[in-house]
Parts: sequence; C-alpha cells; structure tokens
Amino acid sequence: MREAAIAGIGMTDFGELWDASLRQMFTEAAVAAIEDAGVDHIDSMYVGSMTPGLFVHQEHIGALLADYLGMAGIPAGRVESACASGGLALRMAVLEVLSGASEVVLAGGVEKMTDGVDATDALATAADQEYEAFEGITFPGLYALMARAHMEKYGTTREQMADVAVKNHTNGMLNPRAHFRRPIERADVLTSNLVAEPLRLLDCSPITDGAAAAIVTTTERARELGVPVIRVRASAMATASLALHDRQDLTTIPSVGRAAGRAFEEADMGPDDLDVLEVHDCFTIAELVVMEEIGLVEPGKSGEAVSSGLTALDGKLPVNTSGGLKSKGHPVGASGIAQIFEIVEQLRGDAGDRQVEGARIGMAQNMGGSGASCVAHILEAIS
Amino acid sequence: MTVPRYTREIPQRYRLEAGRCTACGKVSFPPRAVCPECRGREIEEFRLQPRGTILSYTTIHVAAEEFAAQTPFVVAVVETEEGARLTAQVADCSPSEVAIGKKVRFELRRIREEGKAGILQYGYKAILE
Repeated sequence: MREAAIAGIGMTDFGELWDASLRQMFTEAAVAAIEDAGVDHIDSMYVGSMTPGLFVHQEHIGALLADYLGMAGIPAGRVESACASGGLALRMAVLEVLSGASEVVLAGGVEKMTDGVDATDALATAADQEYEAFEGITFPGLYALMARAHMEKYGTTREQMADVAVKNHTNGMLNPRAHFRRPIERADVLTSNLVAEPLRLLDCSPITDGAAAAIVTTTERARELGVPVIRVRASAMATASLALHDRQDLTTIPSVGRAAGRAFEEADMGPDDLDVLEVHDCFTIAELVVMEEIGLVEPGKSGEAVSSGLTALDGKLPVNTSGGLKSKGHPVGASGIAQIFEIVEQLRGDAGDRQVEGARIGMAQNMGGSGASCVAHILEAIS
Repeated sequence: MTVPRYTREIPQRYRLEAGRCTACGKVSFPPRAVCPECRGREIEEFRLQPRGTILSYTTIHVAAEEFAAQTPFVVAVVETEEGARLTAQVADCSPSEVAIGKKVRFELRRIREEGKAGILQYGYKAILE
C-alpha cells in the first residue's frame, strides 16, 4: 500500500504585496517547496485559487504557472472550492500519488486580492448568488448570522469571540511570514469598527496576497530524498448546502464535522491524538464552531475553552500557532496550503518561537464559503 | 444580477414559488429538480405564505458596492410556516427592534439596481409584524 508524504514546503510572506503579481508569488512559493524537497522535477501540479478571474482577470492559471515554473509540458490545472481551494489542491495531489499515477506532485495555492477589485463582492461569489448575495448579505454577514445564533443558543459572548483574535495575533507576532505582526487586546476587538453585527473588524481575517506550495510524494521517496518524513495520515473532504439558511442548525458547520470524522476514521485516530491544529478562522466565530465540529470540545463550550487558554500556544491543545487566517492573513486560495506549511514546520520541529514541544501529529482544517465545503488533513512525523 | 438571470427568478422573487417533494414532503425554496432530503424527482410547486419567523439576523455595516448606500441594513434568516428558509433584508425597522423569534411578513420591495444598466430589480423583504 502506497503512503503519501509531504517532502517540501514553501510560501511567500503574506501581506499587501503590491510589488508582486500572482505569477511571481506562486513561482516564489513553488520554487521554495521544490528546493526544500530537493526534487529535480515534478510530475504534475494542482493549483488552488478561488477566483483569479475576478481578482486579476486571469483564468487558465494551471498552464500559466507551470510555464513560469519552467515546467511547461506537465499536467497542471486549477482546482476551486472557494476558500478551501488550497486544501482541495493538496487532496488531489495526495490522491494522485496514492493512485500510483505520479510520484511527485506539487500542490499550490495562490490569491492576489489587492489589485483594486471590490473584494467583498468577489468573495460573495462563494455564497449563493441568487438567494443570498442578491439580498445584500456579505461574507462577514453570513458568519455574523452564525455568531448571533451561537450567542442565543449557548450564551457565547462577544468577549469569548474577541479572545480568539487576541490569541491568534499573539501567535502571529512570532511568525515572520504573517500579515499582521502586532498584538491586540480584547478591548481593541470590542471597539473596532462594526462590519456585520455582532462581528467587528478585528473579528475578520484580512484581505491578503500570498502563495504557498507543498511537494507530495510517497513516504519511500521522501526517505530517499533525505528529508523529514511527514506522512499524510488522512485526506478527507465533505460538503453541505451552499446556502447557510438551508442548514438545519445555524450554530453548526456540518461539512466540518463530516470531513473531520472521515479524517479521524481514515487515520484511526481521534481528537485526543492531535498535538497541534491549524483551523479555518476566517472569522472569530468560525474558529469556535470548528472546534466544536472537530470534537475538541462539546457544542457550546468553545468560547470558554478559548478564554481559559486551552488552545493557546502554551495550552493543552494549541490551535492556529501560525496566527491563523486572522493574523497570518487569508489569501483565500493559498490558506489551505499555508496551514500545511505551518503543520509541517511544527512536526519537523522547525517552528522556532512558535514550536509546540514534541508535536508529532497535526490537523489542518480548511473550509470554503460559509462552510459548504471542508477539507481536513492529518499529518504525522515519522521517525 | 443580469437581466436574463433576474427574469428567470421572478416566480421566486415576486411570488415566493417553492417546491414540495411528493414523496417525503420536504419543502425547498427555490423548487429543485431533485429533493435534497430523499432525492425524489416528483416535486409539486406551490406559493409560500408570505410569513415567517426570524432564526438569526445581522446588521450589515460594510456592504458590496451596490448595497453600500443602504448601510446599515438588517439581513435575517427567516423560516416560513411551511418550513422553507429564506435570507432576506428586514426593512422599515430600527436594527434594535429585530430579535430572534420575532414574526415577519414578506412584501415586494426594491432590492437593487443592476450595475451598468441601472435597471431596478425587485424581490422580497421581511417586515416586522
């Protein structure tokens, strides 16, 4: 039975990178991953990107980016599942390696969001255009609907949500690649500008440029390359209704529970086996709901868990050691791969000041839109 | 929303036409060819009663460009008596009056202007009872 492994990783700094184009960012991250793995070629490539057509008016980026990587000729294409596009690209690469069709596959993600397009409008295409966006709802608005429902059902507080942002900024301070490397306090979150009540500006991940890449191969090949072997123990995906209103309970994101459940089953593990997690904190409430869906805490208990420090860098179960989408930044198509970058650094023991001592098993959870799609990966360091 | 696309959705936007699965009774808005509950293919169309209950709501302060002039405005998820779910603006109210569990009725209102052509587009908005 073939086993897949991550043999190399690369990413750009995240931020408002006005001097860098989509193709430049992707090439930088992809070259870094290829050099990190020490491979002399790749057999094929998947690029996760949510909407380069809207953000930079460029489609067909699989071929474009293979060409700019000096790899014209290989099979290459873009895959899309809104903000889960990066996670989906990794999943396709893993499946291609496991199938035996290829030995070395590059999974990348990229988004160029700051070239002047109305990002709120572009991101809203991940919602139901005809029955959500038409009415004027925005992405923060959809998560605000979840937040309000969560507050009503469980008594989750504004302060608990703010603590997610405070924690992730604390971690992001230690990440040299993060978009926002500055501390914030609870009061900063609670007095920042209203975006979609009850969510405020500092509840929201930023509009960010960036790219990330990972080299997927077999564990056998990774050993031959002499790199640390980070085995892909599970690659799972699930979907749910695109429109938030069609989900029975607005305090849940069912695709996350399904994807995480499948991942745990595939790896024959449970939440207690995880040493570190990167989760999709596009908004503070998202991190809370995701914790409940993965099974880190009981439904309704996520807020107090975060405020008590359970998921802090020095807590029992560190979540978003990279700073998460909130502080590291959220170039939507790249985020799923950037999560993998962080987990691999943690499992290699290369995370510097952010290192979780003895981290051996990690999960990356990446979701699209208001959670209509979710990809979950479990990685394990093999000695 | 381009004119052909908007025109196709007039039965829903003006008349709240929904679908009910003849096999399991699941109500879908808009009507679907395949029942999301049981995959039944026989769907009967009917008009929703223009009434419902607020399940959650938000006040939008930062909107996409075409709604920017309307901020702040309230958007809610409303469940109708038949069990259909709709996302809709709550009009003619102060945001502080809106609450989970409040009853609303739907009325035909102007929703937006189609960007370059400036064509007015109408649809349902919720009004507090």
